[in-house]
Amino acid sequence: MSDPGEALANAKAAADRIVKAKRLNACLTPPKELRQSLQKQGQAAHPSGVLYGMPVAVKDNICTLEFTTTCGSKILAGYRSPYEATAVAKLKAAGALVAGKTNCDEFGMGSSTEHSAYGRALHPFDKTRVPGGSSGGSAALVAAGAVPAGLGSETGGSVRQPASFCGIVGIKPTYGRVSRYGLVAFGSSLDQIGVFGRSVHDAARVLSVISGRDPRDSTCEARDPLRLPTVPESLQGFVIGIAKEYFPPDLDPAVRRACDRAIRVLKELGAAVREVSLPHTQYAVPTYYIIAPAEASSNLARYDGARYGPRYDGALDLRTLYRTTRGEGFGPEVRRRILVGTYVLSSGYYDAYYRRAQQMRALIAQDFRNVFDRGVDLLFTPTTPTPAFKAGEKLADPVAMYLSDIFVVTANLAGLPAMSLPIGRIKGLPIGGQLIGQAFLEDEMIEAAYALERMVPGAEDA
Amino acid sequence: MTAGGGWETVIGLETHVQLRTASKMFCGCSAAFGAPPNTNVCPVCLGLPGALPVPNEQALKLAVRAALALGCTLHPKSVFARKNYFYPDLPKGYQISQFEQPLATDGALSYLSPDRGLTTATIVRLHVEEDAGKSLHDRFPKQTAIDLNRCGVPLIEIVTGPDFRSPQEARRYLQTLKQVLEYAGISDCDMEKGSLRVDANVSVRRAGEAALGTKTEVKNINSFAYVEKALSVERDRQVALLEGGGTVAQQTLLYDSKTSGVRPQRSKEESHDYRYFPDPDLPPLVLTEEFVAQQQAQLPELPAKKRERFMTQYALGVADADVLTGDRAVADYYEAVVHAGADTKLAANWVINEVLGDAKTHQEQLRVPPGALAQLIGLVRGGTLSQQAAKRVFAEVAERGGEPRNVAEALGVVQVADSGVVARWVSEVLGAHQQEVTRYKSGEIKLLPFFVGQVMKLSGGKADPKLAQKILEEKLAA
Repeated sequence: MSDPGEALANAKAAADRIVKAKRLNACLTPPKELRQSLQKQGQAAHPSGVLYGMPVAVKDNICTLEFTTTCGSKILAGYRSPYEATAVAKLKAAGALVAGKTNCDEFGMGSSTEHSAYGRALHPFDKTRVPGGSSGGSAALVAAGAVPAGLGSETGGSVRQPASFCGIVGIKPTYGRVSRYGLVAFGSSLDQIGVFGRSVHDAARVLSVISGRDPRDSTCEARDPLRLPTVPESLQGFVIGIAKEYFPPDLDPAVRRACDRAIRVLKELGAAVREVSLPHTQYAVPTYYIIAPAEASSNLARYDGARYGPRYDGALDLRTLYRTTRGEGFGPEVRRRILVGTYVLSSGYYDAYYRRAQQMRALIAQDFRNVFDRGVDLLFTPTTPTPAFKAGEKLADPVAMYLSDIFVVTANLAGLPAMSLPIGRIKGLPIGGQLIGQAFLEDEMIEAAYALERMVPGAEDA
Repeated sequence: MTAGGGWETVIGLETHVQLRTASKMFCGCSAAFGAPPNTNVCPVCLGLPGALPVPNEQALKLAVRAALALGCTLHPKSVFARKNYFYPDLPKGYQISQFEQPLATDGALSYLSPDRGLTTATIVRLHVEEDAGKSLHDRFPKQTAIDLNRCGVPLIEIVTGPDFRSPQEARRYLQTLKQVLEYAGISDCDMEKGSLRVDANVSVRRAGEAALGTKTEVKNINSFAYVEKALSVERDRQVALLEGGGTVAQQTLLYDSKTSGVRPQRSKEESHDYRYFPDPDLPPLVLTEEFVAQQQAQLPELPAKKRERFMTQYALGVADADVLTGDRAVADYYEAVVHAGADTKLAANWVINEVLGDAKTHQEQLRVPPGALAQLIGLVRGGTLSQQAAKRVFAEVAERGGEPRNVAEALGVVQVADSGVVARWVSEVLGAHQQEVTRYKSGEIKLLPFFVGQVMKLSGGKADPKLAQKILEEKLAA
């Protein structure tokens, strides 16, 4: 049982730290509103909850009753949701505090948190660099020590990639493990709420609380919440697959060194390490950039200015209202993806793009099943090809930006659980290693992460 | 069958039917008609950011029952798809429907064509979808108001082949469809409230030609009375065009009931590319054999079956059986009258003539309880009431209730079977009609019913007609 005053103290301290980290532009909630709300939440938090008094920063595309939910977009400026996401309700029921809404790429579309209508978020250790994205705000706040944990969301690596860039732990659970109710949709068949923590344990226990069935989400599996594993003595009996497609010749040498060191640690811990192949990996990014925009083009159709959000009122007719509201309300990256998505779903192009992408997606998922069927428990890969890149570096080249997610999008396409944890640094910049697990076996993945976390010098240069 | 001048009409119908559920297709909001605007709404049917649909099981049950009632092949796996288009009364920017993999296909519905007799219409597909909201263009000047109460109300769409050869056939099919769906409790099928809506594809071709002509789609047919009219207007328009050497343009037309004409839908309202794709928020709809069997068990006896049974079980002719089974409530009522002991044929006559006649002027209410009608029929049969008196009793019971026997006594219309009393009436009648008596006696015996009638008239309908006839015959023979 916790001290009933603890939450209030935590709330105040968290508010102070978040406000102090203001230069990161990671939190979108104004300081005054943040302090007031946290004070209120601290007083109301239930002391018997397993996360009693834990401040959790929440990505701005997850609906909360506290604060606005803008998805980093102008088109939802000032929008207050009349209901809260199931994941947020579960957090609050466990005694956690909603510690502000965090900056992100607009509607989750981006890999650097530069595509936010509210300005870019900064990397916590190097302000010239990006914190990753799209959940960059939550990652930066956790990495800066302002909050112990945060919620993000993934459609194609948007938790693991910023976790890797910021040197923290980021978990994307199996598709269907956490309810999507209240997560503003981007690519519904890929979207999943994920968690950030400074330790595997913090991330895992937040995940455990938000996981489990939800009658409001037809795609959420009717399973009990995730049970947390204990920290293992060794990894005896684990078979870890190393897929050659994730270690291309042009991989950043520091990233390769850090991975090699982590693989040595896995072996020392008693795991059997086996080289495997996932032959369709090269098609993952193109497949992703058909399916995600297709779904997005439909999911984002509702932002038309007719019911909520700012609208262009000078319109004489409906078409102008739509065009102007959407043309001005969405940023360039969102507009680009809506156009791509609309195109690939058009009659005459559907079969060539969307249907083939779905077929490829099935092959990518089959690659993983083949490996797991042959006795592999987990895959270990680098999370990203490079450490955090410079702000502006990839803005003019969308494809280069997309390729920074090359190792993370596969788990979304296959619906598998995956996580990133720090495995070293280069010139002060963190490097992340990725574990990909089998569907709904997050516990095994977290067990391996516990062992790796203890033995790998995550803060040391590789 | 033909439109005259050697033209043949070809019509196919797409019917949207609102399922009779308490709540909407993908959320718990009430699906009731007529609530104040925008009161039956929630984050899901408003399409608020982050909200997700969850299928309504009752709606799925009703849809499956509809498919079974229409003899469709039900697909063990069907897929919800998004139909994407922008309109202010469509808050998500897409409608959840089914496209490539519908719930059911390949059904059939038999109906009585006025031209061809018993005819079968093919049901090409039946799928589940949600309704859109309503745009109200006449509520505020120069502004459009949106009512989202209807948003997410569960519908099925039933698509026929190009099977109808006249507007009359199309209308008869619709009536039969409505009958079946009402019977099975699937829908209210109230066109005025929009719970049954129909769009028609119409084309014409030279009689004997195999290829179909260019079709137009006629929308906005919002009452049964307009079905025939709208389709005739469009058929005639096409024939006139072709006979004048023109061609029919493929387009969507709106029927205007005020002018009885059709006008093209504004071009910006049509030619959508709906960009259908499977809805990622909803897993495929999987029907187990057990679920389908349960729905089959829930289906009542359907009109066609019931009609056949009435003919054999109650020895009724096709015309009577057809009327009695046309409405499930009437059929149930008739059977209740029979089960209460009434003769099947007499009961049929009474229900068809008196009960339905009375219902017509009293909001389709069957006002006399079946037990009371059975008693009334028994009273006529047993000689206690004349047919004429029984009708008076019926009207009284319908109006004020009560036991027919008591009502008959209170009205003083119980038949008099006292031979002394009847004999006095007979003497009086014979005394008053000396001329006819003479004619009868000279062999004109067909005058007997005339005398019976006079006795009935004199007795105010109370004389037992059989007894009166017996006494008349005796006295006239004397």
